Amino acid sequence: MISYFILNIPSAIPWFDFNRINVLITLAVFFCFLLYFIGRAKKGKSLFIRRIAGLDAIEEAVGRATEMGRPILYIPGIEDMDNIQTVASMIILGNVAKMAATYETPLIVPICRPFVVPVAEESVQQGYLAAGKPDAYDKNSVRYISDEQFAYTAGVNGIMLRERPAANLMFGSFFAESLLMAETGFSTGAIQVAGTANIHQLPFFVVACDYTIIGEELYAVSAYLSKEPKLLGTLKGSDLAKLVIMIILVLGAILITANILWFKNWFFVQ
Amino acid sequence: MTLVEMIWTSSAALLTLFTFSYLYKDNPFYKFAEHLVVGVSAGYFAIILYYGSFVPKVIDTIFKQGWWYYSIPAALGILMWTRFSKKFSWISRFSLAFYMGIAVGVSIPLTLQNYVLKHLVETTRPINFTSLNGIWQFLVVVFVFSTLTYFFFSREHKGAFGVSAKLGIGVLMIAFGAGFGLTVMGRVSLLAERVLFLKDYLVELKYFLYMLFKYGILL
Repeated sequence: MISYFILNIPSAIPWFDFNRINVLITLAVFFCFLLYFIGRAKKGKSLFIRRIAGLDAIEEAVGRATEMGRPILYIPGIEDMDNIQTVASMIILGNVAKMAATYETPLIVPICRPFVVPVAEESVQQGYLAAGKPDAYDKNSVRYISDEQFAYTAGVNGIMLRERPAANLMFGSFFAESLLMAETGFSTGAIQVAGTANIHQLPFFVVACDYTIIGEELYAVSAYLSKEPKLLGTLKGSDLAKLVIMIILVLGAILITANILWFKNWFFVQ
Repeated sequence: MTLVEMIWTSSAALLTLFTFSYLYKDNPFYKFAEHLVVGVSAGYFAIILYYGSFVPKVIDTIFKQGWWYYSIPAALGILMWTRFSKKFSWISRFSLAFYMGIAVGVSIPLTLQNYVLKHLVETTRPINFTSLNGIWQFLVVVFVFSTLTYFFFSREHKGAFGVSAKLGIGVLMIAFGAGFGLTVMGRVSLLAERVLFLKDYLVELKYFLYMLFKYGILL
């Protein structure tokens, strides 16, 4: 009633969908894992995360660009800030900016979505600040190109061909433009490191880049680089969630083979 | 084909050739095509956003339908403009935080539902070693399990865990190979479509020029 008179929203829409109670319970369990590990990380307890090989590749790429005296090109994908991959990419960008500032190597960040521009600007600025060189921050390093996928691709390819960056770092959500960019970068002889959780685009990065960060490794890299307790705790929590999923998978297969259906049916979403 | 249609088709054919010229090397023709598409898309999206979002979601809803609560996101949008001021640029963070919070809140349950629970239900099927389907099902469970171990960051990939992770990355590479082949086929069909367009264009052009000469328009 209140929602109808104040907001003019039809009150017939139910507030709670009981058909998806299993989603809520699973979500609550996974959140408990995350909160537990975030709490541990905040208390300063050491949380082990294995070293990801792609991290060395990022440092190597930045180092090579510095040696060659050419810029670093950082491409944060084509999705908006509501995509978690773009968020992870911004964290990595902050660290890359810090490295670039330390070695005084120019950084170019072409952007596809307007909402990403302020976040990228802040990430780069924070990176320069963390390196103790806030004055070295160039406002033109973050450039909005276009919202249109292939116009953006053409613009980025143009930067690769004309400004000749020595290192191309591509982290975020990519689609059909991935191969076009990676191939152009390969033809310019730049060292390329890419990472995306879009499984359908990973083959192209694997083929055309020197190193590829696969799927969830993208989030792990951002957590590893930032050392932020929330991110480290989230990563550990998601590891535990994966373990639970693996147990459910094996148990579910055994039970359904034994014709016990209730276990599988519980996870079914209408 | 009319003269106007011929001009537009010729433009499309020329721009296709300009873009393909990049295969040789970077050149002014490619640069022209590149700058044209970037510029046109920027203008195009400005209009799309105005008529597709601003008019129906701000002007129509607030001023015509009187749904005043739509002015809240509109105000948040206006706050983004504070980025032009050094002093007040921090205010734009409210809009960003609101946007990201809503997006994450909406996407997390959906992601869990579509990428975890639904996949889990589809992966757990009866294993039966007496039939090919049953053996495949067993392999699916093994492959999914091993792939998940590869994305386990809390342990080093050593011992039995390492073997499982290696199997997982092997499975991923097979999947990537299949995906790559499929997409390359798709891209080749796109190229074929473009070549056919150029071929049809040449036929049309020839006919168009023939007609022009026939009726003496060029003379």
